[in-house]
Amino acid sequence: MKPTQAIGRVVLYVSLACVSLITLFPLAWMLSGSIKTEATIFNFPIQFIPDVAHWDNYLKAWSMVSFGALFRNSLKISTLVTVGQLFTSTLAAYAFAKIRFRGRDKLFLGYLATMMVPFQVIMIPQFVMFRNLGLANTHLALILPGMFSVFGVFLLKQFFTGIPDELLEAARIDGCGEARTLFTIVVPLSKAAISSLAIFTFKWTWNDFLAPLIYINDKSKMTVPIGLSMFRMENITMYTYIMAGSVISLIPVIVVYIFTQKYLVQGIALTGLKA
Amino acid sequence: MKKRAQWRTDLVGYAFVLPNLIGFLVFIAGPFLFSLALGFFQWDAVGPMQWVGLQNYIKLAGDSTFKASFLNTFYFTFTAVPLTLGTGLGLALLLNRPLALKTAFRTVFFLPNIVTVASIVIVWQAIYHPTMGPLNMLLASWGVTDLPTWTMDLNWAMPSIVLMSVWLNAGYYMVIFLAALSNVPQTYYEAARIDGAGGLKRFLHVTLPGISPTIFFVLIMAVINSFKVFDQVMLLTKGGPGRATNVLVYYVYTQSFTKYKFGAASAAANVLFLIILIVTIVQYRNQEKWVTY
Repeated sequence: MKPTQAIGRVVLYVSLACVSLITLFPLAWMLSGSIKTEATIFNFPIQFIPDVAHWDNYLKAWSMVSFGALFRNSLKISTLVTVGQLFTSTLAAYAFAKIRFRGRDKLFLGYLATMMVPFQVIMIPQFVMFRNLGLANTHLALILPGMFSVFGVFLLKQFFTGIPDELLEAARIDGCGEARTLFTIVVPLSKAAISSLAIFTFKWTWNDFLAPLIYINDKSKMTVPIGLSMFRMENITMYTYIMAGSVISLIPVIVVYIFTQKYLVQGIALTGLKA
Repeated sequence: MKKRAQWRTDLVGYAFVLPNLIGFLVFIAGPFLFSLALGFFQWDAVGPMQWVGLQNYIKLAGDSTFKASFLNTFYFTFTAVPLTLGTGLGLALLLNRPLALKTAFRTVFFLPNIVTVASIVIVWQAIYHPTMGPLNMLLASWGVTDLPTWTMDLNWAMPSIVLMSVWLNAGYYMVIFLAALSNVPQTYYEAARIDGAGGLKRFLHVTLPGISPTIFFVLIMAVINSFKVFDQVMLLTKGGPGRATNVLVYYVYTQSFTKYKFGAASAAANVLFLIILIVTIVQYRNQEKWVTY
């Protein structure tokens, strides 16, 4: 390797390392702050590893916030939304991609048009609807709308369209109805796209802030973002406890990320390329 | 296709679409139309709805808070989008080569995008602390004297939000750009090298055109997303200080869920949609001009 190339490589790695440190700083500082005391948390120059590690901050945070309930609620809502969305999107996307029914293209165009409509436009009517049904302070208000996503249909339709018709023809000749064809041939071939959609939907629903904010009032029904937010509001100056609570809330998110990032990256790449 | 067979196909098609379609109509299309209509009424969510025609929209034009949120949103978009996309593209360019630890770096850069904003805002609140926060401590140690109070400063509150937003979102666009970059054929670069093109020329004449469809798509997406910014504003500054970071979605939220002016809020939300629509159409029209691939 030429000397200039070697130097180039070193500069590259150093730059990447620097950017990585900057990117991780907020998270690293939060982790270190979570085991400090209020008195030492803002010490500058920053001491990332404190002399005394106050792990009891975590016990305190856990006692002040019912994380168990928050996690249960978030898990329940995120899972139901993901399953529901996978189900409705897969069926609809298959029809849009492979079944030539009349009005198909116009209907799909209608779907596409609404992709630009922000949630904030439909949140007020949705809220009114749920309130009139007596479902305002319930999880159903969060689960039901979440199960129907235009984005999911769009993503899967793009993917399904790429599956060769010959494969489907072969199945039809063998006597498979559309449902059999979908589940025995198309779905197995689309595992990448479907798993990406699943992870995306789960992550997005778990992190959702606005919808639970407007619907949920009972502490027992709150999701992680809302519960943690309340905790922060009620103890606005107790940085160490809030940081400990934040770390607790992020552990599941980061763990799931480490195991599923392949699907997230693949899903994002899919949306970017098929545009 | 024979008539009866077409009917059969139609039936099956609609049967498959139905679960999603019902939800779509009930939770998306229906509410959308209702919102358009609600903009013409005055309603406190409890009593009867009062028809006021275009009053809500006229009032919006005269509402200084709405105008502020309108301008703030544009200010956010014009600063956050270039910074976020630029950072994302820069990181993607750095990573777009055979590299040891490439996946590790990618994991790190994408990490901020997956954290729950409500969980990470405490750190940013602490970073921006005017007297004890590490940001100002660092600046002070570099000799900076007139330290801004960041989220409590009329002029620096929005930049604070922008910085946090760039941190949150750059990684997402980096991933998209990485995928697009990896699709530019190596042969093009080879040909450019043979023609004597240096790094910058190769970037301008091979890379950029090669990923121009993606840049176009990403630009639309980033702009639309920036118009919808809410979480950071609600959690970090609550639209303040004063109205410095009051953005459109925050305005809609406060009008509807703190002031219970559902009609006025719907009008504002409809304006938000209109802005997104216009901006997207304008961007689409311009596509012809510079998407070259």
